Amino acid sequence: MIAEIINVVLLGLLVITAVAAIRLHDLFAVVMVFGIYSFLAATVFVVLDAVDVAFTEAAVGAGISTILMLATISLVGRWERRPAHRPFLPILVVVVTGGALVYGTLDMPNFGEQSTPVHEHIAPYYLEQSKSDIGIPNVVTSVLASYRGYDTLGELTVIFTAGIGVLGILGIRRRREEKNSEG
Amino acid sequence: MSALGLYNYWIVIFLMMTGFYVVISSGNLVKKIIGLSLFQASVFILYISLGKISNGGPPILREGVELYSNPLPHVLILTAIVVGVSTTALGLSLVVRIKESYGAVEEEEIHRQDESL
Repeated sequence: MIAEIINVVLLGLLVITAVAAIRLHDLFAVVMVFGIYSFLAATVFVVLDAVDVAFTEAAVGAGISTILMLATISLVGRWERRPAHRPFLPILVVVVTGGALVYGTLDMPNFGEQSTPVHEHIAPYYLEQSKSDIGIPNVVTSVLASYRGYDTLGELTVIFTAGIGVLGILGIRRRREEKNSEG
Repeated sequence: MSALGLYNYWIVIFLMMTGFYVVISSGNLVKKIIGLSLFQASVFILYISLGKISNGGPPILREGVELYSNPLPHVLILTAIVVGVSTTALGLSLVVRIKESYGAVEEEEIHRQDESL
């Protein structure tokens, strides 16, 4: 029961930080609020039993993302221009989309329910067999690194491609400018 | 618990919609990408909520624990977090490149410069 109360409180704090991110126009403050949001999400993951996801979110989501965003605002400037007119159309779009999504949740099983299709198919196999198949107690690691090892290799390909993309976007122009200044 | 049965999903939808709102209402490209990251993080919470089983333990096998939460959403989201950061990095580098070319990261200013060409 205590875990459920903590869950409710943490989700309430997430709502406050998300609203703060909308209302602030100082991008430095927005990035800091985003860091708080990611870290709160990581604590929610601990409460919801996803410990591996929690420390990845804390290190990568709250850490690396925040650093990348700070580096960007140091290059492009800190202040957002305030919108000239009231954003009625975005509010309408968001309310309609949100309403449709809420309608979609009405058929979903209650939070924490055990006897739902998603928990009775495939997942029990990994929980029962991974100890004898792979030999380590952490099921998430077994699936990620062994059963689905090729998918993790694919993930590395995505990161590699993104790294090359960033170098291509930011690197080539710098080199050309250096050449021009030499000539 | 039935009163709170769908609470997690509704909060997640609210968080998603705040991220979505930042993306479509803000003219600043950096803030748009922050909105996208907010949206992403809320989707992660949705998946992890789906994997939770009441009174279950974290999916690390040990003596004396019979009920574990579903490990498969955790695996999916671990991958999604890392892929999410690499797309954020790519988006932010595009913003820096736009700043170099246009001298601005506000959408209206960029459109104005495009039209005056």
